[in-house]
Amino acid sequence: MRILVVEDDKDVAAFVVKGLKEAGHAVEHTDNGRDGLFLAASENFDAIILDRMLPGGIDGLRLLETLRAQDNITPVLFLSALGAVDDRVKGLKAGGDDYLTKPFAFAELLARVEALTRRGKTDGPATKLAVGDLEMDLLSRSVRRGTQKIELQPREFRLLEYLMRHAGQVVTRTMLLEGVWDYHFDPQTNVIDVHISRLRQKIDKPFEQPLLHTVRNAGYMLRAEEP
Amino acid sequence: MPARRQSATNQTVIRHRRLLRPLVRSAGVRFALAYALVFGVSAFILAFSIWYSTLGLLQRQVEAEVRADEFALLEHQEIGGMGALTMAIANRMDDPSNANAIYLLVDQTGRPVIGNLDSWPRGLASTQVWYELPVRRQGVASVAVMRADLFPDGSHLLVGRDVQARAELRQILRDALIWAFGIMVALGAFGALLIRSLFRRVFQDVAETTRAISRGELSRRVPISGVGDEFDELAVVINDMLERLGRLMDGVRQVSNAIAHDLRTPVARARTRLEDASLHARSPEAMSAAIERAILDLDGITGIFDALLRIAEIEAGSRRAAFADIDLAPMLRDMDELYGAVAEEQGMKLITEINGPLPITGDRQLVQQAVANLLDNALKFSPPQGQIMFQAWRREQVVEIIIADRGPGIAEKDRVRATERFYRGEAARNTQGSGLGLSLVAAVAQLHGGTLYLGDSRSGGEAAPGLRAVLSLPARPVR
Repeated sequence: MRILVVEDDKDVAAFVVKGLKEAGHAVEHTDNGRDGLFLAASENFDAIILDRMLPGGIDGLRLLETLRAQDNITPVLFLSALGAVDDRVKGLKAGGDDYLTKPFAFAELLARVEALTRRGKTDGPATKLAVGDLEMDLLSRSVRRGTQKIELQPREFRLLEYLMRHAGQVVTRTMLLEGVWDYHFDPQTNVIDVHISRLRQKIDKPFEQPLLHTVRNAGYMLRAEEP
Repeated sequence: MPARRQSATNQTVIRHRRLLRPLVRSAGVRFALAYALVFGVSAFILAFSIWYSTLGLLQRQVEAEVRADEFALLEHQEIGGMGALTMAIANRMDDPSNANAIYLLVDQTGRPVIGNLDSWPRGLASTQVWYELPVRRQGVASVAVMRADLFPDGSHLLVGRDVQARAELRQILRDALIWAFGIMVALGAFGALLIRSLFRRVFQDVAETTRAISRGELSRRVPISGVGDEFDELAVVINDMLERLGRLMDGVRQVSNAIAHDLRTPVARARTRLEDASLHARSPEAMSAAIERAILDLDGITGIFDALLRIAEIEAGSRRAAFADIDLAPMLRDMDELYGAVAEEQGMKLITEINGPLPITGDRQLVQQAVANLLDNALKFSPPQGQIMFQAWRREQVVEIIIADRGPGIAEKDRVRATERFYRGEAARNTQGSGLGLSLVAAVAQLHGGTLYLGDSRSGGEAAPGLRAVLSLPARPVR
C-alpha cells in the first residue's frame, strides 16, 4: 500500500515511516501542510496519516477540508495530540475516517491504517463473508464452519462480523470497543478479552485449525492459515 | 519653562479632579447626600405644617370671638337701642380680661361715640367683611382683625381684636422654625457624614480583606461586628465565598500535588525498569521485556492524563452542547452483556434488573463511561463468587442506576472525599487504579444535574459492607 505521512515531529515521523515500511508499505513523508496537500492532491495514496497541528500555514483540518472539497476520498487517519472529545468530533466532521490520539502504540496505528484501506475495498453490500471454512450469512444471520452450524448471541455475531470484515488484519481492542460496542474510552477491565475467548470457544474450540489468533501486544486477527 | 509651567497647572487641575471625583463617585457620599435630602425635606414639611396649623388656628379663634362679640352687641342694640349698646361696649371695655378687644361706635357723621380706637381705620369701607388693618389705640400703633356693621340710623359699629400679639408670635415661631431648620440641616449633615463613615468602615473592611487575599493572604476574612446587621450578613456571605474559594484553591493545589505525586510513581517505575534493563539486561529478550513494561507504565500515565482532561472537560460543562434525548435502557443492557461475561469469567455474578424505558437528556458516551467506571470498580473490589447488583429504573422524575457490590466498601468518613481526584480509599491502596474513576462519575452526574450517592450495600448479616453506588439523573418527561 502507498501511504502518505504528514507529520512535523521528526521522531514520531521517523518512527511511523520506519514501522510502516517494515510492515511492507510504500511511504511518502512530508513535514508541512502545504507539501502534504500538494502530494495528497497530485498523487494516489491508499491512506493518509495526518497530524492536526502543522507548520506552513495549512493545518491538518484545512488540508483535509481542501482535499475533500476536491472530491478526493483517500482514507485519512488523524494523528493528534488534541485528545478532547470535541477535537475528535471536529476531525471526523472535517472528513477524517479515524482519529488516533498521541501518544499511541504503533500496533494500534498500523491496525487502524490497514483497516481504513480495507474499508475502502469492501464497500459493496456483501451478503456473505468467509474466512477459511468459516462462513457468515448476513441475511439469515447464520454462521457455519464446515458443515457445522454455530449458534451465536447477537453481540457475538457482530463481533465475529467485525473480525471477518477485517480478516487477515490485526484488530486492536480499542477498535473492537469502538466498532462493536460503541465505547470511546478504555475500560479498566479487560472486557474484550473475555468476549473474544467466548467467541473462540464457539468457533475454534471444536475444530482442529484455529482461526482466531491473538497478536501479542496488539490485538487479534482472524486468519485462515498460518502465513 | 512655559511647557513645564503648563504641565504643572495641568497637574493641579488633575489633582483637583482627583479630589472631586472620588467625592462624587463615593457611594458613601451619595448615600449621605440622599439621607440629608430626605431628612431636610421632612424637616421642612414638619416646620411648615406646624407654622400653618398654629397660625391658622389662632386666626380662626380670633374670628370666632369677634363674631360672638359682634352678635351679642347687635342683640343689645336691638333690644335696648343705642343706649344699651353704648353701655354694653363700655362694660366690655372695662373688663380687664378683654384687653385685646377693639370697639368703635361712630355716628352718622363719622364722629366716635364710644370705643378704644382713636379713629375709624382707613381702608375699612364695607360692612360684614373681615379686615386686618393697622390701627392706633390710644396713640399706640397696632394691628387688628375687624368687622363693621351699619345701623338703621346711619351709625357704624366696629368690633375687632388686637392681633399684635399674634404677629409677634408669628415672628417668634418663624425665628424658632428657622433655627430648628438650621439645626436639622446640621444634624442631617452630621448624620450623612456618620453614614458615610459607617459605609467607609464596612467597605474598607471588605476592601482590605480582598486586597490582602489578592496579595496571597488567603486566610484573611472580613471582620464581623457581631451586631447581626446587614453589614454582618454581607460579611458572612463574603466570608462564605472566600471559604469556598479557599477550598477550591486547596483542591487545585491538592490535585496538582497529587498529579505530581501520582505521576511520579509510574514515571519512577518506568525509569527504574529502563535503567535496570540498560545496566543489567543479559539478553535481548530481557531488554525488550523491560522496555515493554516501561511502555505499559507510560501508557498508564497517559491514561491518567486522559482521565484528568476528561473530568476537566466535563466539569467545564462544554459537553452540554452535545446533549441529546436518549433512552439509557438499551445502552445499559449492552453494558450488562459486556460486563456480565467478565463477571462470570471471574466467578462472580452480575444480577441485572433494567426497567426501561429510561429517557434522559444527556451525553450517552459520558453516562456509558460513568456506568463503566462503577462496574469496573464493582468487579475490581468484589470478592470471588461475589454478587454484583446492577439495577436501573425510573422513579418519578429521576432515572436511577444502582450498582452494589459485596466488597470492602468505603468507610463512611471517607465517602465525601471518595469523589475527589486521586483519592484512594484504605481498601484501594493496594489495587490498580488512578483514583479518578469516581471523580469522573461525580462529574458526569453533576453535568447532567444529577447526583452520585455512595452508601452501604449491606442488607443483613454479610461481613463486608460493600459499596452501593446510586447514579441519579433527571428523567426526561415523556409526552
